Amino acid sequence: MAEKKTLKRFASLFLASTLIAGALAACSNEGTTKESGGSSSSESSDVIKIGANLELSGPVASYGSSIGDGAELAVEEINAAGGIDGKQVELVKVDNKSDNAEATNAAIKLATQDKVTAMIAPATSGNVIATAQIANQNKIPTVTASGTAPNVTENADGTINDYVFRTCFIDPFQGVVAANFATSELGAKNVAIYADNASDYAKGLAASFKEQIEANGGTVVAEEAYVADDTDFKSTLTRIKSANPDFVFIPGYYEEVGLIVKQARELGIEAPLMGADGWDSPTLVELAGAEALNNTFITNHYSSQDPDETIQGFVDAFEAKFSEAPNAFHALGYDTVYYLKDAIERAGSTDGEAIQKALAETKDLSLITGTFSVDEKHNPVKSATVLEYVDGNQEFNSKVNP
Amino acid sequence: MEWLQQLVNGISLGSIYALIALGYTMVYGIIKLINFAHGDVFMLGAFIGFYAIARWDLGFFPALIIAMLLCAIIGVIIERVAYKRLRNATRIAALITAIGVSLLIENTVIYFRGASPEAYPEVLSNKSISIFGANISSQSIMILGVTIVLMILLQFIVHKTKIGKAMRAVSHDPDAARLMGINVDNTISATFAIGSALAGAAGVIFGVYYTRIDPLMGVLPGLKAFVAAVLGGIGSIPGAMVGGLVLGVVETVVSALGYSLWRDAAAFVILILILILKPSGIFGKNTREKV
Amino acid sequence: MKKSKVFWGLCLLAIIFYAVVQVMISGGILDMYYQSILIQMCINIMLAVSLHIIIGITGQFSIGHAGFMAVGAYFSAIATMKLGLPFPVAILIGAIVAALAGLLVGIPSLRLKGDYLAIATLGFAEIIRIIFLNVDYVGGAAGMVITNLSNWTYAFMGVFVTILVIANFTNSRHGRGCISIREDEIAADAMGINTTYYKVVAFTIGSFFAGVAGAIYAHNFFIIQPTTFGFLKSFDILIYVVLGGLGSLSGSVIAAIFLTVVSAYLSGYPEERMIIYSLVLIIVMLYRPTGLLGTKEITSLFKFGKRGGSKV
Repeated sequence: MAEKKTLKRFASLFLASTLIAGALAACSNEGTTKESGGSSSSESSDVIKIGANLELSGPVASYGSSIGDGAELAVEEINAAGGIDGKQVELVKVDNKSDNAEATNAAIKLATQDKVTAMIAPATSGNVIATAQIANQNKIPTVTASGTAPNVTENADGTINDYVFRTCFIDPFQGVVAANFATSELGAKNVAIYADNASDYAKGLAASFKEQIEANGGTVVAEEAYVADDTDFKSTLTRIKSANPDFVFIPGYYEEVGLIVKQARELGIEAPLMGADGWDSPTLVELAGAEALNNTFITNHYSSQDPDETIQGFVDAFEAKFSEAPNAFHALGYDTVYYLKDAIERAGSTDGEAIQKALAETKDLSLITGTFSVDEKHNPVKSATVLEYVDGNQEFNSKVNP
Repeated sequence: MEWLQQLVNGISLGSIYALIALGYTMVYGIIKLINFAHGDVFMLGAFIGFYAIARWDLGFFPALIIAMLLCAIIGVIIERVAYKRLRNATRIAALITAIGVSLLIENTVIYFRGASPEAYPEVLSNKSISIFGANISSQSIMILGVTIVLMILLQFIVHKTKIGKAMRAVSHDPDAARLMGINVDNTISATFAIGSALAGAAGVIFGVYYTRIDPLMGVLPGLKAFVAAVLGGIGSIPGAMVGGLVLGVVETVVSALGYSLWRDAAAFVILILILILKPSGIFGKNTREKV
Repeated sequence: MKKSKVFWGLCLLAIIFYAVVQVMISGGILDMYYQSILIQMCINIMLAVSLHIIIGITGQFSIGHAGFMAVGAYFSAIATMKLGLPFPVAILIGAIVAALAGLLVGIPSLRLKGDYLAIATLGFAEIIRIIFLNVDYVGGAAGMVITNLSNWTYAFMGVFVTILVIANFTNSRHGRGCISIREDEIAADAMGINTTYYKVVAFTIGSFFAGVAGAIYAHNFFIIQPTTFGFLKSFDILIYVVLGGLGSLSGSVIAAIFLTVVSAYLSGYPEERMIIYSLVLIIVMLYRPTGLLGTKEITSLFKFGKRGGSKV
């Protein structure tokens, strides 16, 4: 009996220890809240803070940091030109470690601690969704540079995330462009699809591509999937080869696509291969080898080889600052800042609701990745570019309007 | 045709697993520790080889030897610093330390060079040889060859040399071995050196064959190699070889049947089944529990 | 009698503490950011304590705890999002399914020991994750979008119940059975303790509460994806238990609180954070293999001079 009581005492003391520790944590929190509340209100008058909740580390760090670099260049240019309505712009970057929960935390931090005027949302769709409700609740206009999944702005029940916008086109559009290109330019009849199953992006593209190619009269002879981080794709590629396709669509990210292209060519698959913006990285060429990449195509947001004058101006400015050629993510990050700038100027204030309205009303805004207007689902209606790899270089093939 | 090709694919994948599993099985055989960091030594080997080839313009074989040497040194350091003190600690403490070392290596590499992947330069020409309609790349033959040669060499070291005899003695009973005048510490270090050198070699070969290397590349192959070692009977050198090849072929068959998304699950299912049904593996000896 | 009063008194204190925080939240003193940290702290405490009963009390080394958390997260999400059930029911469903999964994993643990068991649990957790990845009903890789239903009340209730049940379990006859397995399984067996039974019970209870934590986690972060529940999540939970002390409930609670705060402060330095974590893990294992508090509880620190303080 005596022992039992002692034990109960232990149980109760555990509770006590939780309480003490919890209370300590709560107290320290309280202290910092007040501080940060005070500091941000004093400086918010002459500076416009734009939060950037990006994947700066973790598996898709290259997208997040590319967008961050592009945004940085844009902010620098805007500030040099006198800022937005005479106010300087400050970019507050937060790393979400390519993780949903961290993306939510980062959004909460930007909204409540840094009290930003607007946010650049994460690069990947899943992480954007993790921040969408925070943006709505705190009325902070949020723009993702590269979250291409349709459900980023539109919820399953058909409602729109009021405060969420994007600079890029959506997956179904890219899939349709790729399918039409395959049918009309390459005369593809029997196609195979090999998609990254671990990403919603690739699955969305595969679905819309399949729908469109079947509408165009083609048949899908093989539909396979792989998991991100795989390195050996030969067994599945052997299956694809035996189905004898005359075109293979491979939506996915460059880390795996590079190996897939290499191994496909090794196994003797000579058909044209095609992908989307996830292929766009210099690493792709190193992984696959320039030779294997011949006869492959991608749809993309823009091309750094596009002869257009504003695009070349951007490419030069970017190369001067970062000494590398900008990829699509750099361009999208850059555009996202200008998209926000345009809206803030038209709203004439830093009030969230006003900016949200201005973003939704954007018309014929001309940026690096194309001229666009925003539709009722908060998606920009803009053109896609088809590029071809020739000896390791991306060559501009054609521009497709929606 | 297709199945012959798939078999070839499976064997070339399996020989990579086998190469990593050789080191795993040696270390486990001697100190009964699942050296989680083995997969990360494999990763370090790949990076050392990469820098040797891409930055210092060395050929394949010099790069391989440098990677093996440096990995052997790293393996000994890991053993001396982290595992030596734990030789008499609980198995759990040792395993947690191994996990810690693994995370430390991964994150240190990420800290210094970022998490982005690196592409191996082409050092070995790669020709496809067509036999009965199956394409066999010369590199996959080379991998299988290197694995078999290393296995035979290892088998020779363990069974015919003095240090091998010491290793077997320590593995059997370290205290008795010490009484017989064997330097147990040096023997264990030598085992780590050999095991880590093999991991380093596997890293370079992996890089040349698959092109892409990144700081987290060792995690999954490391686990798979452990599965292979358990499958073959942990502690057994031919077992690791056979386990690796079987695992490679099984995974390929799973993909070839159209279930490629379940491939990793298949490896773990094999692991659990083996552990439950025949923990000693294909080549292992049954051991009775000591009280 | 007196000690029982202390127990109820502390329960009361816990409720007062809860009420104070709740008032601070409604009064707007604690904003969303701090609420979110508090909720995460609660989730981590639940995870740590639920793993503590498996590793710390029963000595069964599991490194696949994120798998059970995933089961709880997904099944509770199915309950609220697909079946439209109320959140408390969903938590219960998630927890029960997770407990069943724990039962399933617990059964092979009858045959496996030490590091083999560890590897097997890791394998199980990966299999669970791959299953969710391949089931389109729960969104596959894209994951499930979930309405935010968690709040401080649910999180606190979760922690309260978890600690209450596990502390009392530990101090019961069953708990002593589990501890005897940890100390020496063969001896426990020889003394007539049904080791199989207790191991499975420990796994089941542990996974039940991991399921509760998973359910609250899922409804706190808007979206769940299979990638969230990988090895690294399991290792994170493991670090709480190991650092706090293998066998110390208050130790794991304190470690969970401490590391949540550290993690929030280091969120800008993810690599450094992981390097620090792994170094701490290695150093603690080398110099204090039983964790900072060992099997002691924080309360025993106040008991100097009393007789037989070492026995629990």
